[in-house]
Amino acid sequence: MKLKKELKTFPKGGVHPADNKLSANRPIEELPLPQTVAIPVSQHLGAPAKPIVAVGDTVKVGQVIAESGGYVSTNIHATASGIVAKIEDVMDATGYRRLAVIINVEGDNWLENIDRTPDIKSEINASQEEIIKKVQADGIVGLGGATFPLHVKLTPPKGKKAEMLLINGVECEPFLTADHRLMLEKGQEILVGIRIVMRALDVEKTLIGIEANKLDAIEYLRTLTEGDVGIHVIPLKVQYPQGAEKQLVEALTSHQVPIGGLPIDVGIVVQNIGTIFAVYESIQKNKPLVDRVITVTGKKLINPSNFLVRFGVPTIDLIKAAGGLPQDTGKIISGGPMMGKALNTSDVPVTKGTSGILVLSKNEAKREEVLPCIRCARCVSHCPLGLEPYLLMSLVEKGMIDEAEKEIITNCCECGSCAYVCPAKRPLLDYIRLGKSIIMQRNREANQKAVQEARK
Amino acid sequence: MSQQKLTVSLSPHTSGKDSVHRVMIDVVIALLPALAMSFYIFGFGAFRVTLLAVFSCVLFEYLIQKFMLKVKPTINDGSAVVTGMLLAFNLPSNLPWWMVIVGSLVAIGIAKMSFGGLGNNPFNPALVGRVFLFISFPVAMTSWPKPIVTRMSLVDAVTGATPLAIVKEGFKNNVAVTELMTKLPSYLDLFIGKVGGSLGEISAAALILGGMYLLYRKVISWHIPIAMLLTVFVFSGILWRVSPDKYIDPLFQILTGGIFLGAIFMATDMVTSPMTPKGMIIFGCGIGLITVVIRVFGAYPEGVSFAILIMNAFVPLIDKFCKPSKYGLVKNG
Repeated sequence: MKLKKELKTFPKGGVHPADNKLSANRPIEELPLPQTVAIPVSQHLGAPAKPIVAVGDTVKVGQVIAESGGYVSTNIHATASGIVAKIEDVMDATGYRRLAVIINVEGDNWLENIDRTPDIKSEINASQEEIIKKVQADGIVGLGGATFPLHVKLTPPKGKKAEMLLINGVECEPFLTADHRLMLEKGQEILVGIRIVMRALDVEKTLIGIEANKLDAIEYLRTLTEGDVGIHVIPLKVQYPQGAEKQLVEALTSHQVPIGGLPIDVGIVVQNIGTIFAVYESIQKNKPLVDRVITVTGKKLINPSNFLVRFGVPTIDLIKAAGGLPQDTGKIISGGPMMGKALNTSDVPVTKGTSGILVLSKNEAKREEVLPCIRCARCVSHCPLGLEPYLLMSLVEKGMIDEAEKEIITNCCECGSCAYVCPAKRPLLDYIRLGKSIIMQRNREANQKAVQEARK
Repeated sequence: MSQQKLTVSLSPHTSGKDSVHRVMIDVVIALLPALAMSFYIFGFGAFRVTLLAVFSCVLFEYLIQKFMLKVKPTINDGSAVVTGMLLAFNLPSNLPWWMVIVGSLVAIGIAKMSFGGLGNNPFNPALVGRVFLFISFPVAMTSWPKPIVTRMSLVDAVTGATPLAIVKEGFKNNVAVTELMTKLPSYLDLFIGKVGGSLGEISAAALILGGMYLLYRKVISWHIPIAMLLTVFVFSGILWRVSPDKYIDPLFQILTGGIFLGAIFMATDMVTSPMTPKGMIIFGCGIGLITVVIRVFGAYPEGVSFAILIMNAFVPLIDKFCKPSKYGLVKNG
């Protein structure tokens, strides 16, 4: 397939780390259930869900075990059947201990009204309202990594209207192949899912962005969408961080999301492939979000794989299934090498936000010696947001937070391109994150103060 | 097994292959063609000056860090080697040995270390060293050996003026341009480097070869060299068009003196040049403009070093006003 000429991408910055898509040809396999699962009640952005089961209760797969804790929150479901053993704090991927429901697994009994047959159901009966209610009830969140509750995204703020839906099939993180496999194996379901979301948003047009290192997926989805007037597959040039919302919007539509705004401000909603598949399962099959496809990979792993995993399974089980933890493991990452989170222990349960498990050797995990900035300007030319990372770092280092705020440090998407290209191996992003968190903390405090003042 | 020690750090968890060390090696590689050319043209003298400058720059950096600053010496990063080579490139090949050492001390000690070492120096260290020598020892610094290939004997003491000095002197004595041209080397000799001058500046061809390597390795971008060369060419071209009998032609201007050395290697020094393409173009134009002004109206025949140092001083200002365009600030439509 010749694509070179038509390849789109975002215009400024970005890097091209080695692909390392080791598991691209491995079909999705279902991971067997462990003896216990630990299901955190906070697997999404927003308020944690509130547990509604008690120790000793018997639960079935798909049963709600924690209820949505607010508007920006969502239900959590039992991912395995059995008896609730404990409800206690468990360390999750963030490194914090958070409340989780621990279930001793017995058999694999699902709620009876969940359709577990592989038949593809393409006729959509649900109305706009029903779709939004259903995805909220089924605990669906953005599976690209941000885990933002889907029903909020499907309900544009007053005065704003979605004009176009963008589907993120970019998977620009090196190593990860979960979305790639989903597109290849569940293409028809994904197209039904897209039509469901189009109905929920009341939009006529959808663009599916896929990077050119997944030619088979581009070709397959193109054959499936042939003759469709509303849905188009757009091949994209391989360029990190194209899967970041802002870069994808610019690559596909040439629009820029305003600073501090969301894609909906330019009439766009972006959804990830995994999310779309979850929507299909929820609306057409009545299946709540209890599992997802996770890539387990690493250069030293014997069998880099793509697993369909229930939430709450310990990370180490996935690694064991992929051939076991290598002797010289130095780092285990939840996510990809560019934006993933390093885990404290291998017992951390996988959650809705886990897109991959990457195992790095001691050698790969080592950070190199930091040298002084030689002002090579690579961080500036590779920043996709037009920021000056070297300047932001030195401002934060010197405590000049106001100046950093004026340089719009808060627009940084933390893609890590700056730190990746820095020849002096400076921890640019570490300092930018520090600056951002100080600003956010300050804003929070100012808000609280304003609320207290108003009460007086 | 599950309890083994894991590294926990923030993303990104991987980094590119390039390092400061690699950047410095690339610059050294890019300097090799010009170095070979200077060995060919000037013989052993060029070898002696280069070796001495590199050795004393590295040694001074080591001594200053070890005994004065009491920090871990960082000579491994290779930046002192580059400074030494660039300093040598800006010196005549017959310069007395102790002057080379003094120049190295000024370059490393004053221009680099006193500002905080690598990355913190506002002025190009090699050029500070050169200008210091130039002002302190004007005679030694402007007695250029003639190229071996155009000399009849191999005696080391044969010296002569650079093409630019001939022009300056000629205009001062009201010699007509046409008469001057007969005393000057041909364009081809200028391009290849069969002329007198500082040991690294003579061969435009060899310097361009090195520059292409740097561009290929993405160590430099085209902005500064092209902006500087174009400015020199256009500005001196305008002067020449206005009164061809008073000014020398633009091709001669860019082929002589340190224009190519300056444009490709000295002005593009990362530490002392702007960060954005827009800033780099302003910086390059400024150097070109000042160079021609000094050459045509100033007391010195050559002005590249001064021009670069003057523009170095403007870099913080340029960086402050030439910012990259930020995502999300532009209006859609």
